[in-house]
Amino acid sequence: MRLIFLISTFFLSTFLSAQKKEIVNSSFDVKGVCIMCKKRIEKKTFRLKGIKHASWDISSNNFVVIYDSNRISLENIHKAIALSGHDTSKEKALDDTYNKLPDCCLYKRE
Amino acid sequence: MLVRVFQIVIFLLGFLNIYSQQIIKNQMDSLQVDEVNKLDEIILLKKEKSISKSYIQSKNIINVSSDELLNAACCNISESFETNPHVDVNFSDALTGNKEISMLGLNSPYILFSEENLPNIRGGSQAFGLTFIPGTWIESIQITKGMGSVVNGYQSMVGHINVELRKPFNDLPLFVNLFSSLNGRNELNIQLRKKISDKIYSSFYIHGNNRNLRIDKNSDNFLDSPLTSQINVLNRWQYMNKEKGWVSFLNIHALKDNKILGSKFYNPKSINKYNKEWGSEITTFRVQSILKIGYVFPNTPYKSFGLQVLKSIHDQESYFGLRDYNMNHNSNYINLIYNSIITNTMNKLKFGLSFSNDNYIEEVEVFNFKRNDRSYGGFLEYSYDNLDDFSLIFGFRFDSHNRLKNFFTPRIHLRYSPWEKSVFKFSFGQGRKAANIFSENQSLFSSNRIVQIQKNGGQIYGLNPEIAINYGSSFMQRFNLFKKSFSLSIDYYNTKFIDQVVVDYEDPVSVNFYNLVGESFSRSLLFELSVNPINNFEIKLAYKNQKVKIAYNSGELQKPLVPENRLFMNLDYVKKKNNSNIDDFRFNLTFQGIGKQRIPKNYYNPKGMFSKKYFLINFQISKVFSENFELYSGIENVGNYKQIKPIIAYDDPFGPNFDSTLVYAPVIGRMTYLGLRFNFK
Repeated sequence: MRLIFLISTFFLSTFLSAQKKEIVNSSFDVKGVCIMCKKRIEKKTFRLKGIKHASWDISSNNFVVIYDSNRISLENIHKAIALSGHDTSKEKALDDTYNKLPDCCLYKRE
Repeated sequence: MLVRVFQIVIFLLGFLNIYSQQIIKNQMDSLQVDEVNKLDEIILLKKEKSISKSYIQSKNIINVSSDELLNAACCNISESFETNPHVDVNFSDALTGNKEISMLGLNSPYILFSEENLPNIRGGSQAFGLTFIPGTWIESIQITKGMGSVVNGYQSMVGHINVELRKPFNDLPLFVNLFSSLNGRNELNIQLRKKISDKIYSSFYIHGNNRNLRIDKNSDNFLDSPLTSQINVLNRWQYMNKEKGWVSFLNIHALKDNKILGSKFYNPKSINKYNKEWGSEITTFRVQSILKIGYVFPNTPYKSFGLQVLKSIHDQESYFGLRDYNMNHNSNYINLIYNSIITNTMNKLKFGLSFSNDNYIEEVEVFNFKRNDRSYGGFLEYSYDNLDDFSLIFGFRFDSHNRLKNFFTPRIHLRYSPWEKSVFKFSFGQGRKAANIFSENQSLFSSNRIVQIQKNGGQIYGLNPEIAINYGSSFMQRFNLFKKSFSLSIDYYNTKFIDQVVVDYEDPVSVNFYNLVGESFSRSLLFELSVNPINNFEIKLAYKNQKVKIAYNSGELQKPLVPENRLFMNLDYVKKKNNSNIDDFRFNLTFQGIGKQRIPKNYYNPKGMFSKKYFLINFQISKVFSENFELYSGIENVGNYKQIKPIIAYDDPFGPNFDSTLVYAPVIGRMTYLGLRFNFK
């Protein structure tokens, strides 16, 4: 029963609501150092509504996000990541939040 | 003497251009660390292991890279498993020189084998299929312990081995490899890659091998190793359009393989092939074509679909002494898969359809067997990843098969990381298959055992299909001790047969096939510890215990020729050039301890016996002179351990007791080789 529900939800979400969606693919820099940063940044983003995919690369600091622009703006994604303590190309994290990050996550700030 | 030395020189000439660069790229996972203090910038280089167990994937997957293939002497896939403890390489008999692999105590028919995710080495090619994929064609191998994915079918029972071939887009423009060894084997590989346009690349591979030296070191009048010749050709096309999201592959693969085995005096061209000498000839012709079309939605790369189509024609004609075995297997396979997500990429979904049609025509001595197997199936696989410490894959499929009937196949994989640097995995699933009793047990023809099928009204040779459940778990932990980094892994898997086609060699003059009555299981426990005592030096130790019990008509027994205990040690050391990251010397040593094995009663040992435990040591050393030139040398079976009389009743090869199937140790002793790799830039 649950599976039928899952499948139908899937079909509904893919096909029926397809017209209302405005899927946008975007990438920008997010400062960070390690695997803990990766988990924090990605988890924070996935908690937002309208996020389809989020992935941050440790070595290049490049962040890729795919989202529904009718449900969330790129600006708010930047803000949310900054709130978790990581500077993005548009938003700076608060000093307090930055200082509370674990030692290994203290990236070099400009 | 010099001539001798030259004879053992293995010429491995490689015009490796992009190839060598690729290897370096793959090996080095560069990690840049921005240090706040005085050190301006340091770059940490981490060598990626050529064999690695995955901490990230839910399935228990062991990745074997093309580097690992360099650690074995030569030449095809079966040897590439000799440097890891997860897959065992066994001798299938004393005549064909064939090696058979096994996992979790069960032999290759119970392993799902795929080439680029399309089923391969099954049906007609089950026995010799591993020798039909040359090592130089391989890019990487993935070994999944336990159940595979439902996407690949319902067949796997103990594991799934997938081989990825080199892709035309990343291939070398030209690669040439020449090989020649003291025991008479010569090999030639030519691999060409051509750019047709920005979007289309094509590769053309030719492999030829030949062995025509008659060697009988154990003086039983039988060749220790067969005379062989093979021509193997692959043409690949790859189309890739990144902007539009299309990718496509077309493969055409054809081969002809010939083996002559038996008495060292045997000549198949003599007037009467059934003359005084026991002889055998196996000729295989195979054509396989694969088409793959994939589409990735450019704006939403998590959505994609793929279509895979395979068609193969396999024809084997052979005789073994007075026994004929001819097999013709035509196979068609189609798989359509759609990938997507539920709300976001933490929840992924795959579903699709598959169809397969296999037509078998077999002539076994005076009997003919014809069979057509047809199945339709649908599958769905859901996976969840919390991006942190937990992930799961849940899949099931439903198949409708003309002989296996209608059935569900559920499978589940879980991964949980309870604390730092650790991972716990669990898997459970079911698999089933039709047993192709003759092609899976071809070595029986290298004996005079009478074939007896105890039919019970089933639809496959009068027998019912095989069904097994497999569950198991694996725990891995990395830790530091005395400033050294250690990695510990413990695997336990249990395969339990609900039904099985038992292959019974317990009677010395016959081989019996019947459906299981009673219990049959295989329990495999593996401890593996690896440590880096100093930089660039890795020690890997493993102990494996395999209880494989089958209820035979004569009682429950450990499966013959499966050692209950195995020890494994691999030492790998790379000496770097002074103050640099360039390799100078590479050393690789594999030590295997093989415990006693049960040997069924036979003419020489009417009460049956246990083989003695023995050790096998392989060693290789490479000297890197420059980026372009390497010299390597090695010894296989350093201890020169051999089975003394591998062929039972070799002096009466047409009598009822003749049997070459009871092989527990190497037939060929120590083998020394020397070679060179030439990289051309």
